[in-house]
Parts: sequence; C-alpha cells; structure tokens
Amino acid sequence: MTYIAKPKFHHPGLKKNELGYTHRDYEGKISTLCAGCGHDSITASIIEACYELSIEPHRVAKISGIGCSSKTPDYFLGNSHGFNSVHGRMPSVLTGANLANRDLIYLGVSGDGDSASIGFGQFAHSIRRAVNMTYIVENNGVYGLTKGQFSATADRGSKSKKGVTNTDNAIDLVAIALQLGATFVARSFSGDKTQLVPLIAAAIRHKGASFIDVISPCIAFNNHAGSTKSFDYVREHNDAVNRLDVLVGREPISVDYAPGTVQVVEQHDGTRLALRKLDADYDPHDRLGAQTFLQKHAAKGQIVTGLLYVDPDAEDLHTHLDTVETPLNTLDEKALCPGSAVLDRINASLR
Amino acid sequence: MSVQSPISSVNDFVVRFANVNGSGSASANELFARSILRHGVPVSPRNIFPSNIQGLPTWYEVRVTEDGHLGARGGVDLMVAMNPQTWDKDVASIEPGGYLFYDSTKPMPTSKFREDITVIGVPLTAITNSTYTDPRQRQLFKNIIYLGALCALLDLDPKLVEQLIGEQYKGKEKLLSSNVHALHLGRDWALQNLKCPIGLRVKKSDKVGDRIFVEGNSAAALGAVYGGATVCAWYPITPSSSVAEAFTSHCKKYRHDPETGKAKYAIVQGEDELASIGIVIGASWNGARAFTATSGPGISLMTEFIGLSYFAEIPAVIMNIQRAGPSTGMPTRTQQCDVIACAYASHGDTKHVLLFPEDPAEAFEFAAAAFDLAERLQTTIFLMLDLDIGMNHRLCRPLKWDDAKQYDRGKVMTAEMLEEGRDFGRYLDVDGDGIPYRTYPGTHPTKGSYFTRGTSRDRYARYSEEGAVYADNMQRLVRKFETAQDMVPRPLQANAAKPTKYGVLYFGSTSPAMDEAIGILEARGHQLDRMRIRAFPFHSSVASFIADHDFVYVVEQNRDAQLRQLIVNENGIDPVRLVPILHYDGTPITARFIANAIADHQDHLKVTPLRKAVT
Repeated sequence: MTYIAKPKFHHPGLKKNELGYTHRDYEGKISTLCAGCGHDSITASIIEACYELSIEPHRVAKISGIGCSSKTPDYFLGNSHGFNSVHGRMPSVLTGANLANRDLIYLGVSGDGDSASIGFGQFAHSIRRAVNMTYIVENNGVYGLTKGQFSATADRGSKSKKGVTNTDNAIDLVAIALQLGATFVARSFSGDKTQLVPLIAAAIRHKGASFIDVISPCIAFNNHAGSTKSFDYVREHNDAVNRLDVLVGREPISVDYAPGTVQVVEQHDGTRLALRKLDADYDPHDRLGAQTFLQKHAAKGQIVTGLLYVDPDAEDLHTHLDTVETPLNTLDEKALCPGSAVLDRINASLR
Repeated sequence: MSVQSPISSVNDFVVRFANVNGSGSASANELFARSILRHGVPVSPRNIFPSNIQGLPTWYEVRVTEDGHLGARGGVDLMVAMNPQTWDKDVASIEPGGYLFYDSTKPMPTSKFREDITVIGVPLTAITNSTYTDPRQRQLFKNIIYLGALCALLDLDPKLVEQLIGEQYKGKEKLLSSNVHALHLGRDWALQNLKCPIGLRVKKSDKVGDRIFVEGNSAAALGAVYGGATVCAWYPITPSSSVAEAFTSHCKKYRHDPETGKAKYAIVQGEDELASIGIVIGASWNGARAFTATSGPGISLMTEFIGLSYFAEIPAVIMNIQRAGPSTGMPTRTQQCDVIACAYASHGDTKHVLLFPEDPAEAFEFAAAAFDLAERLQTTIFLMLDLDIGMNHRLCRPLKWDDAKQYDRGKVMTAEMLEEGRDFGRYLDVDGDGIPYRTYPGTHPTKGSYFTRGTSRDRYARYSEEGAVYADNMQRLVRKFETAQDMVPRPLQANAAKPTKYGVLYFGSTSPAMDEAIGILEARGHQLDRMRIRAFPFHSSVASFIADHDFVYVVEQNRDAQLRQLIVNENGIDPVRLVPILHYDGTPITARFIANAIADHQDHLKVTPLRKAVT
C-alpha cells in the first residue's frame, strides 16, 4: 500500500463543486498498483463521480475485500472511513455497516477473485437482500497479487500470460446480478471514463442494490494477445447499449440529442438519468429482455456495456426490515432498554 | 416376588418420560414440570433429544428436588415408557425399587418387565380411542391423559394443574376445557383402578420462592435486548437457534417505536456463519451493538473474522451455545468443549475474552455486560453457554436491571473532541491501558477518518511492515488483554467449613452439580474449597487459589481438560497440581460423577508416607 505521502497543495484556482470542495478533496493516497493499471482509472472515475454529485466526502463508507481492487479504497476519498476487510467478505461487512447507519453512502469495491470465486456466495446474498449500496467489481479475469492465476470470470479459451488455456466456463456477474434481482445493473470498461463516471454517479444515487461490473485490464498479467480482458480485446468487442447523463437538481435536460434517442429515467430521490440510446431497441426497464440481450451478445463474443437494467422504484433492506429512520448506531439506552418495570413483568410471567 | 421394596420418597426423585419425537409430548411434559413448581417444590428438567424432527426417540427428565439440586442426578425412579423403540433400554435404566408407567392397552409379555420394580399399566390408547375420533386429538390428548394419571399416582393437586392449563389456553375456552377434561379422564381412571399415591409423592412446600423458570438461550437473548444490541445476524444451528428466535420475539414486544411502529433493531438470517459474523463486524465497526449466536461448527467458520476483530480491534459479541464436538459431533448433546477454540480462535497470536455464565440469570447479566465489554475493549467477547443451560428450563433468581445504568460505549472520539484538536491515532495507547480511541465513520469532514485493515499498521493506522511497529502493536494488544482481566466478572470462591489442602475449580453449567457434590463429599469427610471461574482472562485470584492448595481439581465437560490447559498455559502452573475431573459423554455432568471421581482421587492420596511407614 502507500508509503509516499501525497502533497496537499493545489492550484488556488481549482474548480469547486456545489459544496465548495475541489477535486483534490475526493482524492486519497498515492496508488501502489502497477503503472497503467485499469483499477487506477476506476479510482479516478469514482473521484470524479463523487465530486460531480457534490457528496460530502466523509459521508461515504468505503468497504472492500482482499486483492488489488480491494486496496483501491485507500486511493480515493481520503476523508472517508475505509475498511479493507476479509477476502470475499466485503458484502457481509457492508451489509452490517449499512444496518448500523442508514444515512451514509456505501461503496463496496471488490474484484473478480473476491466476488466471483471466494466471495461468490456473499456477492449473491447481498444483492438478493437489496442492500442499499454501490457494488463495483474491478474485473480483470486474473489474480494479480498472487501473480497471474485465472479467476472465475476468465473466459473459456482465453490464454494466461504463461500460455495456459482456461478450460472452465466463465461467470458473468452481470447476468447473475440481473437474475438475483439487483435493481441497478451496469457494465463498463475502465478505459471508458465518459461512460463509467455517470454510471457510478447514477448507481450512488440509486436507492437499492446497484451493481457495476467494470472490465479493468491487468497490465501485468492479463493484457496480452489471447486474453479476453485486455485493452485491445475489450475495445474491439465492446458493444455499448447506451450513454448516460446524471442530472441532479432541477436543471433542464440537455437537448443535444435527436428526439427519440434520449430516454429519461427518474430515480426515487429525484435524480434524472438521461440515457442516450445507442441501440434503439434496448429497454433498460425490462429485466428479462436485458438477460436475453446479454446472452445473445455474449454468444456473438460481444461485451455489452452501459446501463442494462434499472428499477427506479427500488426498495432496500431497511424498507424490508421496517427499521426506524434514525440510524441504529445513535440509539441510546433510553431508546433501546425496556427497563426494570418491564423486566419485573417478564419475571412474573416466568413463574 | 421381589425382595426389593419400592422406593419411597417425598419431593426427591427423578421421573423420565420416554417419547417419540414429534408426538406432541413436549408440552404435556413441561406442564408436568411446571405443576410441581406450583407446589413450591423445585424441579430441574432436561430435554434429551435426537438430531431429528419426527420419529426418533426423545426423553424428558424431571428431577424433583426439594433441596434445590438443579444439576442432573443420574438414574430414574419413575419411567413413563411411551416409546416401544426404546422400551428395553428404558426399563433397564430404572433404579431398583423404581416404577414403570406404561400404556397397557396391548398386553406385554412378563419377560418385558423386571421383578425389582413396580409396574403400573394404564390403558392409555383404549381410554383415548374410546373418547376421541380425530387422530391428531388422539395423539395430543393421550399425553394429557397420562399427565392426569401421574397426578393421581404422585398425589399432585389437580387444581394447580388446571390453573396452569388455564394460563396456557387463556382466551381459548374450547382448548382449555378439552384439556382439563382429558386430565380428569386419566386421573379418574388411575384413582379408580390403581393404588394411589405410589411411594413417590409431591407434597406442597415453599422452596421455590421468587425464582423464575426460564431457558438460558431466551435469557441471553433478553440480555442482548437490555444490553442495547441493535443488529443480530445468525445462521441456524442447534443448540443456538433459539437465541436468535428469542431475540426476535423479545424485540417484537419491546423494541418497536410506539409512535411509528418501526423497528429499533435489524435481524438478518445470514447465508452462513461467515456472513453472520461479517455483518456483526460491519455493524460494530459502524458503531452499533451487534451479536451473533452459534455453536462449535459456526465458531470454526468464523475464526478468520474473529482474528480481524482482534487485530483491527472491532467489537463483536458471539454467543456460543456449546454442543459435543469435534466436527458435527453430537449436535443435540451438551459439552464445554470450545474453551480452547474460542480463547485462541484464529491464526497468528490471538487471545479472546470468554464469559462463563452458570445459569439463565447469569446468561442474562453476562449477555448485557458483553456489549459494554466489547465496546470498551474493542474486541470479540464470547458468551460461553452450552446446551444444558441454553435449551433447558432452569430455575434461577429473577432477572434484575438497574434503570440508572448507562451503556459503556468505550473510547469513541467525537466530532467535538476532534475539533478541539485532540490527537487521534486509531491504535495509539493514550491512557496506558492498551485501549486506543476509535471514531465512527462519518464523524467529521476532515479529521478522524482512518483505513481499517487486517494488515499491520502503525499507531496512526498507516500501513507498515516494519518489525518494530508490528511488535509495538502486538505488545499493546497484550496490555489490553491484561486490562480486561479486571473488567470481566471475577471468580467466586467458597471455602470449606474446615481448612483444607484441596481445592476445586469449575465453571458454567457444572455449577449446580458441583454445589451438590460438595455436600456429598463433605458427608464422606472430604473438605474442599471451591472457586467458580466466570471469565477468561483469569483474574489473579485464580493463581493465588491454586497456590493456596496442594491439589486443585479442575472439573469440566470435555475430554482434553481445556480449562486446565488454559490455566497451565496462561498462569505457568505446574500441571501436576491441577487434577482433571472430566465428563464428556454428552450428558450433563452429575454430582454423583464429580463426588465419586474426587473421592477416588482423595482415597489414592491417603497412602501412608514411606518415611512414616518405616519408622
């Protein structure tokens, strides 16, 4: 992780967002990942999305598992609490944290090893429980920290750097998330910031389980010919269904696009998502359609990116548990302890 | 004819019901135990049940004990044999001079009985079938009919039983009257056809006092409600599931906002024990009081997270309702076999706080206290119950709560403190007690955030692989554990009437059997000082107790003398001076077992010293 402190000074004329924070206020420590790592681009996109949404940086809780991707929360939102927890267990830790304080924003950062292998169960169950979170998988199809073993998202037939061919079927986390009932499902590419930043912003504003699979080539172990997660391969096979603009507040929707190609989705909190449709037939409200679309394109060797599904009326775990509006971690003995008079009655009922 | 005279005893005997699992006998049997309590006579019931829902044998044992011996006694004076599958074994287990109660509808060959016992046949099926036509009713009321017959045989006051039935079916008049009717069917038949009462009798007394009758798991769950737990994550496992279920039902009654009706708690049934403890760790990291309840196999699964809780210093409360291990072991049998697994859970150098309640009253108190300790010490606290305390109704003192009590939320740095310019180092020992300050996520826009990790870090939570930095942190964790020693419940000591060179250490559910054994041993001329350990780390008085005696027996319910190992290891005691007394067949330990084992050892010690023999 980071050994070098990042200098705090910055240009006095740096642009400020609505809350008066500059871009720098959303940064973290200097990354110790390999130069050119796709994960660092995702970090930059998270910073950008939080800046644009004018989120108070300390109101975000960043939670991760173990692996290259899970190290990244140290590299953004330096004034937020971060938790680099246990391999594959980010979803449960995030669920607990969310139950304790429903007022914070929960950002779960994970990798393909962390979420599709050791943590596949926790990934699935946090999604089916509808935890209000933004779950980002930085997907490179490879174990980077342990030097290049295949992960469960590596495509069948793809070649490792050492020349080994993967014979196991790949897990498509997007397909699984759709099946499990995630209410915001997207895929993007670390090299496509224009697409990724608004997707992260929209996911953060979504009240429910948001899942984004970000293909993020591993510069050291998975960027060679024969890999299906390399920069070149993803660029060639990327099929974006839409481009997104996130509109917070009351500004009018920009009208740069030809009528009929912009679809506006209003989320629960008033945020409007303006979808520039690249594929005219694509309907992001149709879960079944999204699943079919995904499978059809996968069969053709295409990687579908964009906002694949969104349910603007999503519910979350707190709704299901009908918990009080006040965060549970602020309740004191007055609110929680039934007291001695009740205990006397309980004693009497046990005689 | 037998020369053995029938056992004659008032308010001191053991009744065992042999039933088929799922036959609806449990509520009738519990009613039997409760009615004796209503006579002012203490009882100690125990469920002996299989890992099965329907069909396998199950037993319910009621020890009637005017003297208040609440441990298991061993032996059976009256067997209510309702299960043909276990007939031979059940009949064989009756004490000489004891009684056998059975359904005599179908004639049994005399070879199926014993000559030294009194056989009492009641045609239960015949009575039931002539009264009821519905098969379900036949099954359920048969149980109440045998209860009625026992009423006559043991001289129970039918009014007290009726009163209990009345409380149970309050507002359900039809059920109430049909149950009372069935009770009298059985009672009247017995009075008309049998010699009542038999040698075993219940006589009204006043030995119950204000004590309550409750299961340890329910009391522990109530302790969690009183202790301010707001998040509970769990995965079903016998014998712990009833903790989470009781917590749910207590919360439904006492934890809803009176105005909005909304819940001041969150309960999640996890997909496994890993998720359960993960949720607990996440919630505690974020400042809520959280717990999970599990048993041995769950502890094994949770150990990676327990290590994180220790090293990253995150509070957690784990209730471990112990059952016989290893592996799946005997899921429905009791043991105290996870002492070492919990004390040193997880890889690397770790140590954890364990609390050992003796009964439901202490389970309630310790459960509530566990949340204060977890937040004060910022680590995992284990509440070590077992199946014997957890899943059986136990007579115990009433639960108490001091309304002036405030929760100890531990060292938490607030936005105001940060604003004042207080130096915040997440792992900085500012007070010399090894306990650092923490901040909750979201506290302050620019101060007090830190990155929590299971990797090594310095006092300001910055990643570090420096040897000295790592060792400094590990030393502080030792200091913190020393601090814990004076915060956890202290051991309780009781000395023998006369000064003695011998002592005994014990803990948890062994308590009632131990107390009774002391009386038996004293009667046989063996004097013993005793100390009940209530927590780990051990208070310094444990070491001095051992130092004050030549030999100290360590009584526990596991094969490997785990508490003894822990004492030897942590206090550097010469193992020779700690004599293990071990019971581990899955049944609850008895006073007879302890007394015999200690007396045997004492007798061996009484060899004449060589020098004396020569001179």
